Amino acid sequence: MNPLDLSEVQVGQELPALQLPPVSRHTLALFAGASGDHNPIHIDLDFARRAGRPDVFAHGMLGMAWLGRLLTGWVPQHRLRRLDVRFQGITHLGNAMHCTGRVVGFQDQDGERCARVELRSADQHGQTKIVGEAWIACP
Amino acid sequence: MIDPQWIGHCLPPAELVIDRARLRFFAKAIGETDPVYTDVAAARAAGYPDLPAPPTFLFAAELDSGAIDRLLTDVGIPVEKLLHGEQGFTWYRPLCAGDTATVRSTITDVYARKGGALEFVVKTSDVTNQMGERVAELRSVLVCHHGQPQPPSPTQGAT
Repeated sequence: MNPLDLSEVQVGQELPALQLPPVSRHTLALFAGASGDHNPIHIDLDFARRAGRPDVFAHGMLGMAWLGRLLTGWVPQHRLRRLDVRFQGITHLGNAMHCTGRVVGFQDQDGERCARVELRSADQHGQTKIVGEAWIACP
Repeated sequence: MIDPQWIGHCLPPAELVIDRARLRFFAKAIGETDPVYTDVAAARAAGYPDLPAPPTFLFAAELDSGAIDRLLTDVGIPVEKLLHGEQGFTWYRPLCAGDTATVRSTITDVYARKGGALEFVVKTSDVTNQMGERVAELRSVLVCHHGQPQPPSPTQGAT
């Protein structure tokens, strides 16, 4: 577990970034099976083409799971209170996602002090695919 | 056009039995290498009774149960037109291997944008464990996009 001292969390602080390898068909096949999302648009090229797509593309929830990894790589999971994301663009095969986060403020929630963390996931060209916010309990 | 009368509709409860094998498979699929998620001894050393389910794992419940497929069929969203617009989780207590989660969802909004080119279905879910304790809440915005796939736009979403 990360030995981070949560009492020292400060506004403006950056989380250690998470760099992912390029998305492959293998990545998507594994995630389809493990997540239970069997939508063929992510794993069947023939289906994707019939639907007017040039190729299969990544599950949004795979990108969100990576943001979850960014957070649990920084603090133990039991400190997570909330994670809300907006999917802004499709993550394509070959995209190597870079997940970043920054502490933007603090607020009290149900009698607990929480850090608000702004999150972003972007590809190797800097194009944003997911934005979001997490609340981390910082007692 | 998705009928706004779906607002208030309750999906059939989805029961998800959390087991180690599935959690290890999920960890592999997302590239998670922290032993807390794959090694029971490491999980226990970190204070969990067993392997913890990663933050977004609960989304699997209504996929496994078929509740999502049925909802898409019922409201009339073909899978090839489906995008994931937004997703939220609020957690109240950890969920670990050996637990059983029950997800109960309600359709809380249905609306259209861009003259009906994009239709939205908002679903909120309460999750309890086998003790009846509140574990989490989920909020999903599902998008049905009509016409040719568009380049990503800030209002559109992906998946």
